[in-house]
Amino acid sequence: MTMDAKRPESPAAASLPTELLALARELRAEGVALGTAELLDAFAALQQISWEQEADFRSALGATLAKSQEDRHTFDLVYERFMLRRTALAASRDRAADARADAEEGSGAPDGRSRTVLEQLFGSEELSEGELQALRAALVQILSSAGQGPHATESQLRDLARYTVLALGAGAGSGVLGVDLQRIRRTLDLRSEDRPSLPTDDPRRHGVPRAALRRFEALLRRELEAAQIERTGALPPARALRELSRALPSSPLRDLASVQRTIAQLRRALATHSHEARGARTRAHVDIRRTMRASLQSGGVPIVLKERPQRPRRPEIYVVCDVSTSVTSASVFFLSVLHALHDAFRRIRSFLFIERVSEVTDIFEAERDFRALSERLTKHAGVADISGYTDYGRVWSQLRTMIEDDLDRRCTLIILGDARSNGRDPGSADFARLAAHAGRTFWLNPEPRLYWNYGDSVMASYEPYCIPFECWTAAQLEQVVRALARPDSALAS
Amino acid sequence: MSTSGERHAADHAPSHPAESASPTSAVEVREGLRAAGYLPAAETALVCHLALALGKPILVEGPAGVGKTELANALARMTARELIRLQCYEGLDEAKALYEWNYRKQLLRIQAEREPGWREVEGDIFTEEYLLARPLLRAIASEQPVVLLIDEIDKTDQEFEAMLLELLSDFQISIPELGRVAARTTPLVLLTSNNSRELTEALKRRCLYLWLDYPSPEHELAIIRMHTPDLDEQIARRLVEIVALVRTLDVKKPPSIAESIDWARTLLLLGASAIDRDVLTSTLSVIVKHRADLAVVGERLGLSGARPGDDDGRQAA
Repeated sequence: MTMDAKRPESPAAASLPTELLALARELRAEGVALGTAELLDAFAALQQISWEQEADFRSALGATLAKSQEDRHTFDLVYERFMLRRTALAASRDRAADARADAEEGSGAPDGRSRTVLEQLFGSEELSEGELQALRAALVQILSSAGQGPHATESQLRDLARYTVLALGAGAGSGVLGVDLQRIRRTLDLRSEDRPSLPTDDPRRHGVPRAALRRFEALLRRELEAAQIERTGALPPARALRELSRALPSSPLRDLASVQRTIAQLRRALATHSHEARGARTRAHVDIRRTMRASLQSGGVPIVLKERPQRPRRPEIYVVCDVSTSVTSASVFFLSVLHALHDAFRRIRSFLFIERVSEVTDIFEAERDFRALSERLTKHAGVADISGYTDYGRVWSQLRTMIEDDLDRRCTLIILGDARSNGRDPGSADFARLAAHAGRTFWLNPEPRLYWNYGDSVMASYEPYCIPFECWTAAQLEQVVRALARPDSALAS
Repeated sequence: MSTSGERHAADHAPSHPAESASPTSAVEVREGLRAAGYLPAAETALVCHLALALGKPILVEGPAGVGKTELANALARMTARELIRLQCYEGLDEAKALYEWNYRKQLLRIQAEREPGWREVEGDIFTEEYLLARPLLRAIASEQPVVLLIDEIDKTDQEFEAMLLELLSDFQISIPELGRVAARTTPLVLLTSNNSRELTEALKRRCLYLWLDYPSPEHELAIIRMHTPDLDEQIARRLVEIVALVRTLDVKKPPSIAESIDWARTLLLLGASAIDRDVLTSTLSVIVKHRADLAVVGERLGLSGARPGDDDGRQAA
């Protein structure tokens, strides 16, 4: 990336668009919403900066391609991986062409002494103790001086890492990166603290700067990865990212975006519903401003009275969500729905329950990051007592004391749960009271309709008081919203 | 003011922001912001440079108190432009953000002359003279390029975002009675968000994205040193350490950069020679503003301090 931006006709720059598109494809595969507009912006941004600093290059791409903090995190990971793979591929092609010459050239090798030592080492399978000592000495010398020079050290360290991998790791790669790294680390035995127990002539007696050591190990890792690519001739699987650093239980549903879209539809549906339900208006406020404006047509005499438009009142939503073990698989989905609801509605209160009910509205309002959110919910909600089994009867009676007075016809009550009462009292009388107070009550059940009322499911005792839906995917949620938007669905409430 | 875009587009093509004064590289932006009293991180300077060069809005997100609004102020100072600020709130509408007709004046105009026919009057009263420009219209109608700060965009409804789209991508506003009002100069637009809700894709698509986080300790130290150069370096260093520690705690409101600067000023005013237990106890309220937080922080600082008699400190804090 040390190309001059002003020379788009050079061969490397000519292939830039295809490379950038490849990067965009990888980003999209990781779920970053990327349009053509963003790509055009990225190209425009690259025109404006000098490409001599990799950090600038990356920031310019990041600012144009990733439009949220989470996307930016993904971008950084993908970018890192992408660059590594590209450079590794290019390097392995070069090396295959002329490995020997490449090693001898070794552009900007650390310094004369270490270079000869390392060249001498290169190619020998097993290192003797003396050779190892020499390598250690060279490493310590360079790592200790690494902090002093400003920028040259980065490439020095990279070369050093590469030589080290060639000398120690190339032949007997175990195929598992972490294991190889561990082995090299143990062989070198470099530490940051002073070790007076070692003989005075041992280079490790005085510690190596911690920062340099850490950077060196990061570079070692990269080199090992590159060596692995070269050896196997295949790139590491591109899918790794999602599985490793975005493990499912802590991340929102993959189609969180579609949940959010659906919730936006729900918002409109509820808004129009409450408007219709209020019926013909009986009172209106005169809108002075619009009346005045209309009166201009009649020379300033207000003949037609304009009324202030009656805005549909904001719907109030109460969401009650089961988080017990029987719905574990669905709870990520439930939480995604809750998360999206909090984005779309201001007047929403959320409750989680297992054996007890706990209000979590504040947590949802304070926390935006999904991962941190689920962490805080598990830490602070405090909804399980002893058994960890859902107690619907208790939940409803608790909920009645908590919110019964706040409920009115404008409110929508949404229950997310499987209605499995574990043989306890379903408390349908309490539920009926709640439903009677609320304008509409929906029950989203993650189980297929077929399983309802089998085993300990008591869905039947709630069904008369609410509109039940089978819902555990974004597609089904969309169906639910579509059903809600139909005017006749209001009849059931 | 440029009214019908067709007529003015030819002779008033939006010129690039103050070509002479505008910095041409990220380094220059960085130096400029520094001179304006704002120490930007490398990425901040780069994104500001891109925004100036490409004429694109910046969407700045980050926790409260990391200097999002101050960045706009500093950019205005750096480019010597006027800062026009639109503070968003729930229920903000076009009449408050874009423009409104001055009905009273229109009415007076009609009543003052009853003679002329309606057509003439209509032509008269729907002119710029009777238009009340609100911040967004002012920003694009200005003769000189301005810095437009749309603060806390996440507080508005999604409908308002949709209304902004025309302005952000084309720098124009449509007024039914007048036609298109195109910008004479490209304003530098900053939108800030505390990330309290997800913004729409359409809005994000039109912006460059900048995430501002709490600065690294060295960076914050540099900021403190810039604002209170008289403060002893050792104290400043200790101060930054404590602030960084407090931010890692589970507090309702982590201290902002402005608050650490306030604290530095307080210490300077008190002439403190070191941050010891007494100073900490008496001035902690500058950076920690909630009662519950004070207890949390007090306990943590009391426990971590290696000095004897820390128990008193814990209780006092």
